[in-house]
Amino acid sequence: MAVVLQKEKTCLIARLSGELDHHSVRSIREEIDTAVTEQQPSKLALDFSGVTFMDSSGIGLILGRCKVMCGIGGTTVVWSPPAHIKRVMRLSGIERLARIETEPSAEEEETE
Amino acid sequence: MKTENSIKFSFPALSMNEQTSRAVVSAFLVQADPTIEELADIRTAVSEAVTNSIVHGYRSISGEVELCVKLLAGREIYIRVKDKGCGIEDVEKAMEPLYTTAPQEERAGLGFAVMQSFMDSVRVRSKPDAGTTVTMRKKLKETSCRTS
Repeated sequence: MAVVLQKEKTCLIARLSGELDHHSVRSIREEIDTAVTEQQPSKLALDFSGVTFMDSSGIGLILGRCKVMCGIGGTTVVWSPPAHIKRVMRLSGIERLARIETEPSAEEEETE
Repeated sequence: MKTENSIKFSFPALSMNEQTSRAVVSAFLVQADPTIEELADIRTAVSEAVTNSIVHGYRSISGEVELCVKLLAGREIYIRVKDKGCGIEDVEKAMEPLYTTAPQEERAGLGFAVMQSFMDSVRVRSKPDAGTTVTMRKKLKETSCRTS
């Protein structure tokens, strides 16, 4: 499990890859929270397109980051989860807190 | 029901073994040729049960988790996750969605809900200070009926 953090204007993008479980979630959580504290982004995007496995530990991760972002007045979105991971997300109702969407393309970003 | 093949293994309750347990279950299930979705369902349910044993069962003590997987006649998968940890006082309450005893660790309280949703049946037997055994079953689709 790995996370690559990227800053785009006021958005912090966390690109996750590999298997997300209770064991791997700990270091990911710390890395994201450290970056959020430093950068104070208005939006946190969790890119799930490279995640190959996720159990409910991943829901805990999203839920926790929503709380952190809420604390600094920002929002959290989830990008492109694979089908079976989306099923776990649907079951949890996490969409009410973090919108699930596809990553906006470069052109869309420019017109925003 | 007749057991066609089975595997049983145990491991120390270390969080790094969550991934190992999923990998062993996946390797064993190859012979049953499950769909990608069926395999993902079973792997997720196993991960939840094993994580529960590690996080809750053996919260403050060390111990072993035992995982048993059986391929039964009629393409039914049987999974048993057993620990000798602290046990659950009120199983019914523990199975309620969003109930967790570890919110500070960002546990969502969805472990049993995921198991119930992804498997055909989930049975939990637990005794305080003696341990917990989770038994799950899932029938795989017939290979001839599959489109993928």
